[in-house]
Amino acid sequence: MKDLLLSAKNLSVRFGGVLAVNNVSFDVKQGEVFTLIGPNGAGKTTVFNLISRIYTPTTGSIEYLGPNGLLKLTEQPPQNVASLGIARTFQNIELFEHASVLHNLLIGRHTHRATGLWQDLFFTAKVREAELKAREKAEEVIEFLSLQHYRDTFVAGLPYGVRKVVELARALCTEPKLLLLDEPSSGLNVEETDDMAFWIQDIKHELGITVLMVEHDMSLVSKVSDRVLAMNQGEMLAMGTPREVQTDPGVIEAYLGSIDDVSSLRRTASGVTSSQEAA
Amino acid sequence: MRFIFKTDYGQDINLAKHGGHVFWYGALVLLMVAAPWLFAEYWLAQLTLVLIYSIAGLGLMLLAGFTGLFSMGHAAFLGVGAYTHAVLTNMGVPFPIALACAAGLSAAVGLVVGLPALRVKGIYLGIATLSFGFIVEEVLARWESVTGGNAGIHIKKPDIFGWVLETGDQFYFLCLVITVLSTLGILNLLRSPTGRAFVAIRDSEISAQSMGIHLAYYKTLSFAISAALAGIAGALYAHNLQFISPDQFNILQSIDLLLMIVIGGVGSVHGAFLGAIFLITMPQAIAMIKDFLPPVVGQAPGLQGLVYGLVLIAFVLFEPMGLYGRWLKIRTYLQMFPFYRKGMFKRQKSFQKSDRLK
Repeated sequence: MKDLLLSAKNLSVRFGGVLAVNNVSFDVKQGEVFTLIGPNGAGKTTVFNLISRIYTPTTGSIEYLGPNGLLKLTEQPPQNVASLGIARTFQNIELFEHASVLHNLLIGRHTHRATGLWQDLFFTAKVREAELKAREKAEEVIEFLSLQHYRDTFVAGLPYGVRKVVELARALCTEPKLLLLDEPSSGLNVEETDDMAFWIQDIKHELGITVLMVEHDMSLVSKVSDRVLAMNQGEMLAMGTPREVQTDPGVIEAYLGSIDDVSSLRRTASGVTSSQEAA
Repeated sequence: MRFIFKTDYGQDINLAKHGGHVFWYGALVLLMVAAPWLFAEYWLAQLTLVLIYSIAGLGLMLLAGFTGLFSMGHAAFLGVGAYTHAVLTNMGVPFPIALACAAGLSAAVGLVVGLPALRVKGIYLGIATLSFGFIVEEVLARWESVTGGNAGIHIKKPDIFGWVLETGDQFYFLCLVITVLSTLGILNLLRSPTGRAFVAIRDSEISAQSMGIHLAYYKTLSFAISAALAGIAGALYAHNLQFISPDQFNILQSIDLLLMIVIGGVGSVHGAFLGAIFLITMPQAIAMIKDFLPPVVGQAPGLQGLVYGLVLIAFVLFEPMGLYGRWLKIRTYLQMFPFYRKGMFKRQKSFQKSDRLK
């Protein structure tokens, strides 16, 4: 495929006796929003951690279209992932708490640093120039996500909803090609979730960044996603458009249980189930 | 209250953010330059000691306050620097070269000690550096052919390519220049990508890594810079006392250094200086009030240790941001009078972090 950006092939991860991800394969095309859904413990975040190289897969590999053509992501050291153009956010927000919002965004510019230790130590003209350029980029992102009001605020004093946006801003500051969003709407109210959906669409259309996200809010998923992969207990259940996946019987079963499960919960006429009678 | 009208991104990069900074730091520099004519010899010697401890404090502040790696054996770096410098100076090596070697060797040792920091964190790193401190102290005591063992060694006066600094005033100026240069270096690092990488590692390793920061490189770098500064401070310390022995670089010295930055205010450059002032003036203050206390208390051994302990506990409990934090509060109170609120510096409780990834 010509427009392929990332391709996971037969990924499996085993933690001791737990098979967290079992033989998962998917392709992410350039310019699309690809969403992973699934119940808790399905292995969605583990897939994210595989892509950002926090974990190494037990078997399988991830190919990624880097600046110099297709490369095996699974052979890259973790700190190289950002410079290859992959940025991520975290489910539980991992910001630099004792620094201002602007400071956080500037840390996001780390992969674009132009100077080394000795230049930094003497703060040469080149460092100043690079700093000004980094600031301009950070300001662009601040403008894009309307964070002007919080620019100089310390993250430790910010409400949860704003922190979510700051984390997104920091990821955008790295100028990624692929953005990994781990539950972008968790902990946000309806209005903030709408904003998030709006931004994800803007990121896709205006900035041309491919988005891979994990999300539980199905209204957000159907609003922004081009394709959806449903997972359960580490395995792939279904892949396709949001509508296709939502109507897939396997997915419905994973979320709601099967008809048999439901009937087993149903009370008998006498008000006690058979199992209670046995006890 | 000062409102700064910003028209240029450069304003946020400059060291002096507004006219007030220029005025007050200018006044401080003038005072420091005029100090030999203003203060008696004894107090000038104390001021020199403050400067020396400030340099070591700056190093430890970079490591503990900005990179989040605690070292309980920092006196060892002080010792490595002091002994390297003393040995080289006594061999006739000029001061700047000997100082560079002291800083270099300390940095190299710091690099090696930094390696466990890649694997162990928090209290375990503290234990690792603590034992490193014991090892160095023991080496200094046993390697008699070089260090003179427990008998210690004397060190000649600093000799800058033939210009020998004989008086206390000259040595004071030497320390002042080195302190200013170290401070500027640290401030430059902190406003550049390198310093931001340190802060990122302190606050969240996992996201620092996902931002492309090479954890191993920056952690060892922080250890090396911190050790180099301690080495420089050690070299000046050796000149200041003109005699060094291994017991000057024992665990008590390490604890003093750590105490210094905690009381000064972890995570602020000012804190290193305020802590150093505290550390030097405290024994004087205790000695002064000793005579006014009842003899049972005043003459009791370990009074100093007790006071230090109480002060440290008080700071951890009531002012975790140290002397600098207290000063910030006082300044804000005065600037905003009468609108200061008690909760202004309260930090919101952190949200759950992804501990399982660490």
